[in-house]
This record gives sequence, C-alpha cells and structure tokens, in this order.
Amino acid sequence: MARSVLLRHLGLAVLGLVVVVLVLESTSAFRNAQFATMAYLGIAAGGLTVLTGLNGQLSLGHGALMAIGAYTTALLLQDQQLPLVAVLLVASAVTTLIGAVIGVAAARLHGPYIAGATLALAVAVPGVALYFNDQLGGEQGLNVFVPDVPGWFADAVYFLSAQDVSGSKYVAYVGWLSLIVTFVLLANLSRSRVGRTWRAVRDDEVAAEIAGIPLGRARVLAFVVSAACAGLGGAVMALTVRITAPSGFTLTLSLSLLTAVVLGGLGSLTGALLGAALLTFLPQLVTSLGLDVGLSDLQSAQLAPLVYGLTLALVILLAPAGIVGSVRARWRRQQERATHDYDLPTTTAPPSPARTPGDEPGGDK
Amino acid sequence: MQQLLNTLLTGLTLGMVYAAFALALVLIWRSTRIINFAQAPMAMITTYVALTVIDADYSYWVGFTAALLSGLVLGAAIERLVIRPVEGKPHINAVILTLGLFIVIHAVAALLFGSRYRSFPAPFGVRGFQVGEVNVALTGFGIFTIGSVVVVMLLLVALFRGTDLGLMMRAAAFNQEVARLLGVRVGRMFTLGWALAALVGSLSGLLIAGGSLVHPSYMDSAVVFGFVAAVLGGLDSPVGAVVGGLVLGVSLSFVSGYVGSELVALAALGILMVVLLLRPGGLFSHATPRRV
Amino acid sequence: MLEVHDLTTSYGAVRALSEVSFAAPSGQVTAVLGANGAGKTTLLRTISGLVRPRSGRVLLDDRDLTRTPTEQMAALGLSHVPEGRGVITELTVEENLRLGGLGAGRFRPADLDRVFALFPVLADRRRATAHVLSGGERQMLVIGRALMADPRVLLLDEPSLGLAPRVVAQIFALLRGLVTAEGLTVVLVEQNARSALSIADHGVVLNLGRLVVRAKASVLAADEQLRHAYLGF
Repeated sequence: MARSVLLRHLGLAVLGLVVVVLVLESTSAFRNAQFATMAYLGIAAGGLTVLTGLNGQLSLGHGALMAIGAYTTALLLQDQQLPLVAVLLVASAVTTLIGAVIGVAAARLHGPYIAGATLALAVAVPGVALYFNDQLGGEQGLNVFVPDVPGWFADAVYFLSAQDVSGSKYVAYVGWLSLIVTFVLLANLSRSRVGRTWRAVRDDEVAAEIAGIPLGRARVLAFVVSAACAGLGGAVMALTVRITAPSGFTLTLSLSLLTAVVLGGLGSLTGALLGAALLTFLPQLVTSLGLDVGLSDLQSAQLAPLVYGLTLALVILLAPAGIVGSVRARWRRQQERATHDYDLPTTTAPPSPARTPGDEPGGDK
Repeated sequence: MQQLLNTLLTGLTLGMVYAAFALALVLIWRSTRIINFAQAPMAMITTYVALTVIDADYSYWVGFTAALLSGLVLGAAIERLVIRPVEGKPHINAVILTLGLFIVIHAVAALLFGSRYRSFPAPFGVRGFQVGEVNVALTGFGIFTIGSVVVVMLLLVALFRGTDLGLMMRAAAFNQEVARLLGVRVGRMFTLGWALAALVGSLSGLLIAGGSLVHPSYMDSAVVFGFVAAVLGGLDSPVGAVVGGLVLGVSLSFVSGYVGSELVALAALGILMVVLLLRPGGLFSHATPRRV
Repeated sequence: MLEVHDLTTSYGAVRALSEVSFAAPSGQVTAVLGANGAGKTTLLRTISGLVRPRSGRVLLDDRDLTRTPTEQMAALGLSHVPEGRGVITELTVEENLRLGGLGAGRFRPADLDRVFALFPVLADRRRATAHVLSGGERQMLVIGRALMADPRVLLLDEPSLGLAPRVVAQIFALLRGLVTAEGLTVVLVEQNARSALSIADHGVVLNLGRLVVRAKASVLAADEQLRHAYLGF
C-alpha cells in the first residue's frame, strides 16, 4: 500500500475527529445520544459494506452479530473490572469467533447460502437470550453499567470546550472514536492486497481462482472482518442504549443495516456512514410526519420501516450504485465529457477491460 | 414412549408445512436463481386476508380460498413489477429487492392490521384423540395439514410432469435462452412460477396460523426453516425440499420437546451449518453442487 | 428467403457486426464462414432477436422480423439451433422434441414419428434424459427438435463443433437431404469451412464483423487466395 494512501486516511481521520469534537460539544445531550446511535450503526454498516460491497456476500444477520457484541459487553461490564477499551475489544473478538464459524460453513458456497445462514442467525440469537434466562436476562434483558467518565478524559474535554462530560456525551465520544479507528482500518484494508483480492472474488470468481486466490479463504476473511465490526458496533450499542434485550435485535435491525449499506452505495464507507445517518435521523422525522397526518402512535412507528423498505427497493431499481455511487458516476461522466472526444469510432474502441482491482470506485477514503 | 410418538407426529405435521414452504422457495430458485426471502411476509399478509374475510362472517373456507388466490395474484404481481426489471442484473440485486419487499410488506401489514397478536381459527379440532390410555397428538387439523400439502404436491407433480404447460415451465427454468429460441414465452412462465410458489407459500402460512396466533412477524422463522429444509434437499430439487422439510420438522420437534422451544431456530442454524460443511449439495446429491 | 440488410450490432462500445447484407435463398444452404470472432454467432443471434441490432433489417419472405421478440420466431418459421447445441439436458429426449413443437404452437405426434424416422437413434432413447446422449446424438436431437416446429428457415451454429469427422459427414448429408426433399432454407455457420462448403450452395465470408465476400460455394472453395486469407484451408 502506498504510504500516501495511509497518510491520506490518517489525515481524514484527524479531520473527522475535529468535526466530531465540534459537533458533540455544540449539541445537546439528546443529540449526543443520537450521534452515539449513528456511530454504532455506522460501525456495523461499515463492516457490512466490506462484506457486501467489496466481497459480494449478503449478510442478513449483522443485527444478531451486534447482539453477540452487546451481550458480551453487558456481561463484562457487570463485574466492572476490565477497562472499557478491553471490553470493546473482547466483545469484538467474541463476535469475530462466532462470525468465523458461520463464515466457514457458509463461505464454501456463497450466494444464497450465506444469506440464508445469516438469516437463520438473525432469527436464532434472540431465542438463545430467552433460553439462558438466568445468565442473559430473558425477555427483560440485561442492564448495562456504563463506566464512569475517566478523569483524564473529562479534563481533556474541559480543556477543549470548557464543558463537563455527561454520560451520554462520553458514550458518543467512545462510539465515534471506535468508528474512526474502524473506518481507518477498513479503508486501509480495502486498499491493500487483501481488499483487491476480495474485489477480484466478487467480480469474477473463476478468474480469481485461476489467478490463484483461494476463494473460500477470501470469503471467510471478509466475513470475519465484517463480524468484528458488527461486534464492536453491538458493544457501542449496549453502552448507548444501556440495556440489551432480545427485542432490540430483531430481524428488522439486520435488514435496516443492509438498507443503510445499499442506500449509501455498496462498497463505499462514506456511503455506509451516510446510510447510518439516515437510519438514525429518519425514523423521528417520518414518525412525526405520520402523527401530523393523523395516524396513531403505533402506526406512525411503522412508517420508518416502510420508508426503509421502499428505499431499499427503489434504490436497487433506479440507482443500484446507491447515493454515493451515483454521485460519483455522474461526476466521472462530466470529467470524461470535458476531457475526451465523445464520438470515438466504435471499431477501434477497446473492449471494456475486465475491471482492474485498482480503479474501483469502492476503494474508499 | 407416548412423548416420543407424539413428538414424532408433531414433527411430521410441522415438517409437511416446512416442506410446503421449502417447495415455494425451490420453485422460484430453480427458475430464477433467487431465494425469495419475501415469501414469509407474503404468506403472512395473505393469511391476514383470510382473517379479514373470516372476521366478516364468511366461512373458514371462503377465507382459505381468498388467501390462496391473493397469494397467486401477489406472486404474479411481484414477479412482474419488482423482479422483472432486475432480470439479467447481478442476483444480489434481486435478493436485496426481496428483502426490501420483506420490510415493506411487514410495515404495510402492521399499518393495516395492527401489530398485536390475533387468533386464527382452525377448521378442524386441534386436540389429539385418545387411544385407550394413550393421548395421540395427531389432531384433526394436523391430518388436514398433511393432507392438503400432499394434495398440493401431487397437483404440482401432475402439472410439471404431465402437462405441456409444465414442460414449458421446466424448460424455461432449466435453460432460458434455448427455451426462448424454441418459442417458449419465458417471461410468462416465470410469472406463473412465482404465482404458484406464492400460492404454496400462502398455504403454509394458513397451516402455521391455524388454531394459533398471527402477527406481522409470525412467518419470519418459517422462511428460515423453509430455507434450511430446501438446502437439506439440495435447493434444486422439489422432492428434496419435501424430504428436507420432513427431516427438519422431526428434528426441530425433538429439539423443542426435549431441549427448549427457544432454541429451535438455533438448532435449525446448526443443522444448516452441518449440512453445508459435510454435504453442501444437500443430503441427496451425488454430484458436486452447482456453484452460483 | 431470408434477407439481411445493413445489419449492425454492438456490444457496448464494441461493434460486432458492421452493415452486413446478404440473402439466403429458399431451398438452399448458405454457409457463413470466417475466423473466430468474425461475428458469425452474433449474426445468427441478431437474426433470431437474442441481440438487438443497432441498425439494419431482417426479412423473412418479405416480412420484417427486426423487432420481433425471439419467442415468436419459431412460430413464424425461423428456428435457431444455438452454438454448443442447446440440448436441455435435464429433460428427456422426447420432452426436448415435444418442446420444439409446443413452442411453435404446433405439436403433432406425427412430427415426432417423422423425426424418429429421420434419427432412429433418438427413437431408441426417447425416454432417456438428454444428459446421457453423445455429442453426435445431441446434435441430431437439436436438429430434430428444430424440425418439430416445421421451420422454413433453419439457423445452425457450428453443428460440427467437437464431433468426429464421420459424424459430421453423416449429419451434413442428412441436412442436405432435408434441403433437397423439403425445400428447407439453411443458414449454416461454420468454422470448418471445407465441410460446410461441401454441402452449401452459397457462401458468405465475415471478417471482423464485415462481410468480405459473397459467392457461390464452388467459387469460394476454388479461390485459393481467399481460402488462405479467411478460411484456413
């Protein structure tokens, strides 16, 4: 990987951090909590983007993987012994392990199998929480004890903004720091040899296999990386929501994540973040719209999923590249129009080359 | 002994329902290489159609027929309006579309019919009968369940094996381009295939609902069980789907009876993974599976 | 008579056919020759509507077929046997044949008997899955299947591909017989120019998507320069 790419990613990360501080310090505690939500959705969606966009596999069970991360976090925080960073890492590691088992089974034959296996996971995991009632709290779930804000952290924030750190602001910071670290790692991975391998497998598995890429291993690895992100996302979710219960990890969560990824544009981390933002802020908007036109509370609550579903379908039908992809494609066409003579004699035009891994729009900042 | 027998009987009855659902998935998979995840909410909403009809004081059978017919129409409409436009695009697009439909139908059902649990009638008794001292868990509705699925399967076999239309449908499924060159209206065959699949799916929706509760998510686990059953059978084979459904039904019934009903979905996941690891082409395959 | 006027077909930016015009006279065999990638298969796929041309027209007995959907071609008298034979291997021999008639909207048991009389091998294996047939048998099956539609024009794409010379000779002789006996019009795409010209009345040669020569088969076979340049024998 070129050093310049790494530097660019780090530069963007620092820029992102500045924006995060500015936004979190200038918004209310309620908004802080919403931004924490956006962070955990963004982390999980980023992982799903890697899997679906770069490797062409569909997961319908990332919500369940988030549940694994969240429950692990809740259990670890009951003892209050590990530092928070360690809790996040362990939660992610446990999810990775379970993701690896699923990935190994399903990646031998991708396509519908991985989708079906992850769907089964999404439906199965809440049942596990119910079965192990004593350990996992059954229907009520587990309360999450969010650790106190460390002194040095409070000092640092006070130094920057002269404001105190509330619990929800602290969680929002933890979430966004996790997100930035995750995205830098994912972006570098996507630009690395491994990322090119994944794209090669997605675009033409026969060609990839001939080129000596072990298909199964590439798919499993993509799934594992993606599961790690989902686990971390779940951990941040536990901190944000402060309770982990089966009802928080329905199939709808998994499908919403997929919506975020498809909406933003498959394979684009920027798109995943954009999708996460929509998932966070859209429900409130459409629910209040529903109340305005005279629907009941319960009915209005159904509008958000309705909008997700319709968006999912419409994006695939009308703009399969997603928002970010479509904007990029338009921008690129304008560039071409400006620099090239458009009427190439067709007989001499080169056949559209097999997509070379390097020039993929999916390779993201 | 009594528990063993009854678990087995319950499993076989459930297995027939999973078999029907798996068959619905296989019908579509064979022709269009799409797993229609929206099959579950489609069956859910047609059951609500039946419930609405029954609530309006019509007989169970009017509701039953209305559900099957609306399934037929819904399947055809979805193929025509939603799936047809992405034909020839990467399959992942079509699958994501079915997931979009999944969410949409769910939300629409919750908006129209509410999210609370509602009880759904059964046309026959849901109590087992007594043989001497032994209480046999084979209910009137259970017999109806098995019988109706068997009838539907025989009708499908008759259609596919015995009629010109069935031959053309199979040709379109096996080799789209050649079928087209021979003059088979491939698009119509696909529409019909989706319609039939949705009809079979609706039947399984009605059977699962019978004598039990319905709510917008009540079919969600059925799509998992149907999928696992279809994979057990090899995904390409209707006969395999039926056998896979029965095997899964019995296995899950034992898990539910002896371990805990909460773990049924986890057991299905476990079975799926074992099959994928050991016999990825399904239980009955000899050749290597088609890789897609 | 099948006529093609100024047919141009592109795949994206790549032009596969450029302004190709020729006529395949009724009751005769027209061989379409040329190297790999010359556009022969594209020509047949464009005629039968699998690929839409960018411009140009396709006429069958003065009826314009250019925008006709592929599914209707068989009923209109045009049968296309694709490259790689196009046997539906999951169906039985008889089902494949029935399908040939059904698709064209005219299945008659008598046609089945006629095909079985023409290809006795197929009659022996009518209940077998087509999967078990040899290459030569598969070629007979697809030709037989096309005949079930009682076509006026038969488009054949590389029927000799992968077959032993003896089998090729047998199939070509049979084809010639059908043309003579029933007035069938055949457009025969072949890489194997020598065999094709031996049964053809006319030949057209494609090179890089353009038609370079159109002549009587005997003339083509005799033109040494042309043979060397385009036909490779």
